[in-house]
Amino acid sequence: MSAVADTHAQDHHHGPAKGITRWLLTTNHKDIGSMYLIFSFAMFLLGGSMAMVIRAELFQPGLQIVEPEFFNQMTTMHGLIMVFGAVMPAFVGLANWMLPLMVGAPDMALPRMNNWSFWLLPAAFLMLVSTLFMQGGAPNFGWTFYAPLSTTYGPPSTTFFIFAIHIMGVSSIMGAINVIATILNMRAPGMTLMKMPLFVWTWLITAFLLIAVMPVLAGVVTMMLMDINFGTSFFDAAGGGDPVLFQHVFWFFGHPEVYIMILPAFGVVSHIIPAFARKKLFGYASMVYAVGAIALLSFLVWAHHMFTVGIPIFGQLFFMYATMLIAVPTGVKVFNWVATMFRGSMTFEAPMLFSVAFVILFTIGGFSGLMLAIAPADFQYHDTYFVVAHFHYVLVPGAIFGIFAAAYYWLPKWTGTMYDETLAKTHFWLSFIGMNLAFFPMHFLGLAGMPRRIPDYALQFADFNMISSIGAFMFGVTQLLFLFIVVKCARGHGEKAAAKPWEGAEGLEWTVPSPAPYHTFATPPEVK
Amino acid sequence: MHVHVKRAGALIAGTLLSAPALADWTMNMSPGVTETSNQVFDLHMTILWICVVIGVVVFGVMFWSIFAHRKSKGHQPAHFHENTVVEILWTIIPFAILVIMAIPATATLVDMYDTTEAEVDIKVTGYQWRWRYEYLENPGTEGDPEFGFFSNLSTSRDEIYNRMDKNENYLLDVDNPMVVPVGKKVRLLLTANDVIHSWWVPEFAIKKDAIPGFINEVWFKVDEPGIYRGQCTELCGKDHGFMPVVVEAVPEEEYTQWAANLREAAEKERELTQKDWTLEELVERGEGVYATSCAACHGDDGSGGGPFPSLRGTPVVTEDIDAHMDIVVNGVSGTAMQAFGSQLSEADLAAVITYERNAWGNNTGEMVTPKEVFDYKNQ
Repeated sequence: MSAVADTHAQDHHHGPAKGITRWLLTTNHKDIGSMYLIFSFAMFLLGGSMAMVIRAELFQPGLQIVEPEFFNQMTTMHGLIMVFGAVMPAFVGLANWMLPLMVGAPDMALPRMNNWSFWLLPAAFLMLVSTLFMQGGAPNFGWTFYAPLSTTYGPPSTTFFIFAIHIMGVSSIMGAINVIATILNMRAPGMTLMKMPLFVWTWLITAFLLIAVMPVLAGVVTMMLMDINFGTSFFDAAGGGDPVLFQHVFWFFGHPEVYIMILPAFGVVSHIIPAFARKKLFGYASMVYAVGAIALLSFLVWAHHMFTVGIPIFGQLFFMYATMLIAVPTGVKVFNWVATMFRGSMTFEAPMLFSVAFVILFTIGGFSGLMLAIAPADFQYHDTYFVVAHFHYVLVPGAIFGIFAAAYYWLPKWTGTMYDETLAKTHFWLSFIGMNLAFFPMHFLGLAGMPRRIPDYALQFADFNMISSIGAFMFGVTQLLFLFIVVKCARGHGEKAAAKPWEGAEGLEWTVPSPAPYHTFATPPEVK
Repeated sequence: MHVHVKRAGALIAGTLLSAPALADWTMNMSPGVTETSNQVFDLHMTILWICVVIGVVVFGVMFWSIFAHRKSKGHQPAHFHENTVVEILWTIIPFAILVIMAIPATATLVDMYDTTEAEVDIKVTGYQWRWRYEYLENPGTEGDPEFGFFSNLSTSRDEIYNRMDKNENYLLDVDNPMVVPVGKKVRLLLTANDVIHSWWVPEFAIKKDAIPGFINEVWFKVDEPGIYRGQCTELCGKDHGFMPVVVEAVPEEEYTQWAANLREAAEKERELTQKDWTLEELVERGEGVYATSCAACHGDDGSGGGPFPSLRGTPVVTEDIDAHMDIVVNGVSGTAMQAFGSQLSEADLAAVITYERNAWGNNTGEMVTPKEVFDYKNQ
């Protein structure tokens, strides 16, 4: 244990340990945050390469590259890895890095648990990915793993998949507890709840969602485990079970889950837009209430994923109305972001570009979501490429662009070096064009009648599929540029970053030097 | 190679010159051919236009700001950051729009759920990976024997594996379509034999899940005779993309005649059980049955693949014949091997078992007759 890195007159603190133990045993929120972010990017590339296989097969009608069996494994693993391996850990990584800096705390409230919750993830994903090499192949029933396809008819590797989900769930719950404990107990004096930065607010609410629904996910996979290995019949109609029960329980987890993936991005964008518009966020309080309302409503809308399973008409109507209601608080957020930009003094560095694209494209995803809420129309959209277009519009320019925006915004703080702005703008524009080329035609395909999760399609879908594949390859390759930009920045190649590199940025994180020292806020700052 | 070049050419021409003649650039939902589908189409267009208008207003303000309120143009930031009146307005107005939207949606939904007074009832059962249609007794057909059949993909594997040109209805063609009379209210009772499937014909705006252990109901009434195509829309395993739905709507007289023919054929099929069969006859018939019912999993040449066992010289098909019959008739619980006893006629069961015991070098010379299968099923 040396004191090498410590040059900031805090010599009673020690610096990072040397070698591998620094990463294995660390309890430092910055180290753990970095590990989460690196892990999530690795998973992003892995899940992305599976998407490339999917799009290559769908480039033309007919079976060319993979067999249907393997195609199904690719769609399943792509979904699971992106949701649980890329998006969720990325936001936990951002939370680890930024929450203590934003609330003026020296670290997360439960640092050892923090280490444990990270190191569970590589174990879980090693197990999940290893199923690809098992007899009978990896899970092939879609990331929604509907029973009885995933139970009676699932491959032998399903049990490993269940165990992996359990471990991820444990990791998420511990992460969420840590976030809540940090935010509720470790804020700097004077920082009342309604003075908290929005990223802190959105993460607080996200953490409560996680604690509420991850046990439900654990419950549903445990029931699967019992059905597969211990002779129960929760979901097996032949044994008196109910296949639809699976969907109710899964989506009770699944719908809040999609907000878990988007709410922290709302927080990020609510910092970046005011910073680059040089104008205070419009309607702070209504932003907080809107996030709260979205979170509460997310528990009341799960059956809109199940409009075609034959729930009674009153159930159908209830879930239709409740789902439409979500448009109201979501609308408020979009209007507030636009009002923040209105009459500001804007510049368009990479974080702002990603944030503006976030607002536009996420809103398009919201529109298609509203269309999907209309139950009779949903009969036409359900399980077609229209749905695929919808959720990719919410997740790619929503969650993923939110993460890119956050990364560019805070990279100077993390590394002490400015990233290469020209390259970052190139990354943005290529991603933006590739992403729209990949996903916008999917709306047309769905409306024209192409079902999702098929390895081959009728001839009338050929042209838009080809365009979509070209866009997807473009988006995929572009992400290597992001890797290059970050590595370059982390190695210190670039301008030195000031403590506050963005003219309009606000918040405690900009009061510490760049790069942020290994230990910050040993003495809590005062918030007025 | 030529196909590639042509496709690429069509793509470039289509994108750059927007030449719709070269390609199918369908971008919107079809209004369909039923009253319900027209209502659904109207709902879809209404909500789409509402979204477009909101989008134009919101993005309009945004792009105006992006254009005009730039630092590079020397624009100074304003200082407002709150306005309760505006906040309340943009909460209430969207809410009002939603209420307006919910009214027609509710009416359409209520109409779609009214499955009473159907004139034709068809039971639809989803199997991995084909559909079974059984025509049930209805007013006017009391006492007539019920009949049913399987509807299998008829696109050849050569087309799928690009060894042959793909025809116009690639992946959307079946051997036996569902036939319905025009102008009659048809009710479908949907269920499934193995996993969840979903029955969809876009032009009827009907999509309903077929779930094991459940019976779901939907109805449609087609006015125009024609052939309408759709697909399974719930992931149901390996060949999910290869189980199309085809419905042929025909004038009533034609339908009545068709139904009478099928009833007669069903009667003949039952008689086949009593007939005396030779080994060659059974093997010949069995080859066809194997191709439609077994080849999807066990392979065209019985070699299996993945979790599906090989049938080439394996004990199941070369040793105890009763055990072989048991597996085919009752399935193997906990695996993908289905119970074919209720899916195939006695003649077909006997034929396929005999075929498996004598094909691909399994020259056992043994046979099972339809009568033996009948006795086995009824013992």
